[in-house]
Amino acid sequence: MLSHLIFVILSLVSIGLFSWKMRSIIKQIKLGRPTNRTDRVGERIKTMLLVAFGQKKMFNRPIPAILHFIFYVAFIITQIELIEVFIDGFSGSHRFFYHAGLGAFYTFVISSIEVLSVLTFIATLIFFARRNLIKLPRFASSDLNGWARNDANLILLFELLLITFIFMMNSADEADNLLRSNVGYGFAISQYLGPLFFGRTNNLDLLHIISSIGWWGHLIMVFVFLNYLPYSKHLHILFAFPNTYFSNLNAKGKFNNMESVEAEVKLMLDPSADPYAAAPATEAPQRFGAKDVQDLSWKQLLDAYSCTECGRCTSVCPANQTGKLLSPRKIMMDTRDRLSEIGTNNFDLNDGKSLLGDYITPEELWACTSCNACVQECPVNIDPLSIIVDLRRFLVMEESKVPTELTGMLTNIENNGAPWQFSPADRMKWTEEN
Amino acid sequence: MAEMMATGETPDVLFWVGCAGSFDDRAKKITKAIAKILTHCNVKYAVLGTEESCTGDPARRAGNEFTFQMQAQMNIQVLNGYEVKRIVTGCPHCFNTLKNEYPELGGTYEVLHHTQLIQDLINTGKLSLKEGGTFKGKKITFHDPCYLGRANEVYEAPRELIEKLDGELVEMKRCKTNGLCCGAGGAQMFKEAEKGNKEINIERTEDVLESAANIVATGCPFCNTMMTDGIKNFNKEEDIQVLDVAELIAQAADL
Repeated sequence: MLSHLIFVILSLVSIGLFSWKMRSIIKQIKLGRPTNRTDRVGERIKTMLLVAFGQKKMFNRPIPAILHFIFYVAFIITQIELIEVFIDGFSGSHRFFYHAGLGAFYTFVISSIEVLSVLTFIATLIFFARRNLIKLPRFASSDLNGWARNDANLILLFELLLITFIFMMNSADEADNLLRSNVGYGFAISQYLGPLFFGRTNNLDLLHIISSIGWWGHLIMVFVFLNYLPYSKHLHILFAFPNTYFSNLNAKGKFNNMESVEAEVKLMLDPSADPYAAAPATEAPQRFGAKDVQDLSWKQLLDAYSCTECGRCTSVCPANQTGKLLSPRKIMMDTRDRLSEIGTNNFDLNDGKSLLGDYITPEELWACTSCNACVQECPVNIDPLSIIVDLRRFLVMEESKVPTELTGMLTNIENNGAPWQFSPADRMKWTEEN
Repeated sequence: MAEMMATGETPDVLFWVGCAGSFDDRAKKITKAIAKILTHCNVKYAVLGTEESCTGDPARRAGNEFTFQMQAQMNIQVLNGYEVKRIVTGCPHCFNTLKNEYPELGGTYEVLHHTQLIQDLINTGKLSLKEGGTFKGKKITFHDPCYLGRANEVYEAPRELIEKLDGELVEMKRCKTNGLCCGAGGAQMFKEAEKGNKEINIERTEDVLESAANIVATGCPFCNTMMTDGIKNFNKEEDIQVLDVAELIAQAADL
């Protein structure tokens, strides 16, 4: 009865805390400016199925793709066991599905989970090694210094604990059954682990306790994991799906149009326009470009929370590869850090800080060649380039902070219709030359 | 264009030369190659000449939307005034801007990159290449311009053209969707690079050297400049040529 109560309280507290945090994150994302990403539903669903469910873009790099895919499948199938854990927790039963007469099918499902769990265990160790022993450049990068690096390792540690608890429970149950009736469940892995670890005891109480520790351990790890998610790069396991659904479906080369500027220039070029006709603005005009997170679109903010910090974007960035300060991954991490800072400070937008300046420097922004390699590479269709461009727009149009050579280029375009100082009258000279 | 209009003619296609193609000495040669091909195939084309102006691409990438909008709206007035339907460009940046960014400002045209138009000319039998061994034994690699490749997913047209030559198409380790930028995009062409430990075009030239190509084919005047400089940096200009796909085709067709 007591364990019942503990279970119910734990579940409610954990789900409640998770929902509370998620509400804050969704509220943070909604700070963003509007952008229409609800058209072309069919194409969106297809993109989500391919990129998020099918993990299509992961397979550009086969080794991590296979390891990651094991995690993904194991995670999804283990949810079946989690359902049973909840039913057992609420009803006080033990292995509800087994006793509900699912017999052989039940053994098959649990066996699949066990096999995948072993593979996941191995994959986790490989991931540990890739981050901490082999030190792949994209994981050794200074982008991840501090919390981000611990975050990644902590997730892997949770994974190992979770799997250990599952096997503790299954193996103890196997040993328990063997002791009482000589017939075990026949789970693929723990039918061997059970006798191996617990074969020498004939203390049923001890086996019950070990099984219970496994059950509670598993449950507590699930709750810990759930509540850790919103604070971690691991949120991608939820956000990858909406993020790919709301992908930019236009050609990557198309930059978004700034309607306010379009209207203003139209007015300027139209000789019949009445300059006083524009209705006085009722609210403060929007900034040109972005200085802080609320100047970005909600999709750019969703991008930030969907980022897993895998660093594929940075590893293909031409500026980063040639030693420049720019790292598209850092752009995304900075955006999320700034956004969550605002969330933590009760959504106070006037705290004297901003994304541009306090997090991202102009030097990073001006190193970008807009080559779209980062956008192409992202396994969950994040668009770091659009943030870079919006921040540039603020620098140029609100603060006139333009690199000197670019000022010349812009003046040339305005004066003589070409980025260089040539007269438009000379545009046909190529026809006279050999 | 104005002359054609005056005589009541309408061209099949408007050749958008671009600023580099009009003013840069190296790029002018590419412009001539494209013009030779169009003339040879009896394509009825026109150019805007002095009425052409920057598409606004570098201004928009540099963050100056005002300058972009000025250029775009003025160009659209000119293009729509001449009732232009179809445009071919010699530059992927003009191509991208005209194709993707002008429609929502009221300028909708069928826009082709010159490699796409040339491919069409060959496929329809209007252009044939001479059998002369111009590129016999030569290894040709194609450097994907970002604004043609990733930005607009045109990877095959230039490659199919190169395959029609009697040389051999070899790929660099980073190509197509993984192609490495030459370093010029996003208005970088007009400024010094930020502080780093290497120039991007040097990094890219190393890919070229690794591919053992004799010719680097490009489809963009800016890539052409960057790759030419890169090759010079390694003192390889004797061994490796940087040529636009249009120039290769014009040579192979003996124009």
